[in-house]
Amino acid sequence: MSRPAKKRFLWVSRHAPHGSIRAQEGLDALLMAVAFEQPVSVVFLDDGVYQLKRDQMPDRVGLKNFCAGFPSLAVYDVHDVYAERESLALRGLAAEDLLMPVRVLDSAAIGALMDEHDVVMTF
Amino acid sequence: MKFGIVVNEGPCQRQSADSAYHFVRAAIARGHEVTRVFFYHDGVHVGASASVPPQDERNVSENWSALAAEHGLDLVVCVAAAARRGVLDEDVGARLDPMPAPAGLAPNFRAAGLGQLIACGIDADRLLVF
Repeated sequence: MSRPAKKRFLWVSRHAPHGSIRAQEGLDALLMAVAFEQPVSVVFLDDGVYQLKRDQMPDRVGLKNFCAGFPSLAVYDVHDVYAERESLALRGLAAEDLLMPVRVLDSAAIGALMDEHDVVMTF
Repeated sequence: MKFGIVVNEGPCQRQSADSAYHFVRAAIARGHEVTRVFFYHDGVHVGASASVPPQDERNVSENWSALAAEHGLDLVVCVAAAARRGVLDEDVGARLDPMPAPAGLAPNFRAAGLGQLIACGIDADRLLVF
């Protein structure tokens, strides 16, 4: 499955975790990029930062708690996980509200991060 | 330049599939190559053969099928997303390998896994997400 070519993938997740399947299917694509042994960085933007909220209980309404797997991303060599400062602040989220430590960058720095990557996939 | 295209929205609620279609036509007209169009999320509905819009409206699926026939485009519908939405008529899980042309898809569409999306990102010079 591995290929000689490697590209730096940036996985940008912009949707809330539940209410649509978008974020969950996006995670499937992220894991496939990992399976292809590509270097992957992750950014949570806009409502996507809600995926990082700790103590989610979506199983109470019959939904899958896929966000619980994010702290395990390091096992798959995904170490660069970012969240946008403005998105967190607008939604009243602080570091202690999150289910894992992430690197918080302002929007200009997120833009620079996008420039540094070969493939930007938005979900 | 080699473009890879991702369509993430269905034909009814967003313009993504139309915008991607017009982009691909323009890119080919300018001499660029489109290596693959990958339909993910609700974008898999674009490949549904059962979609029948009114006759005085554009038919997004037919547009893509015709464009693929004309230029040999590789139109790939994500098999997992399509199965989740009932776009594939049959149980594809039992016969993923080799992947047949499943019932439920419009002409010149094929179903394949997410690996085709990642490979597209690796092989293309630019991956555009609509």
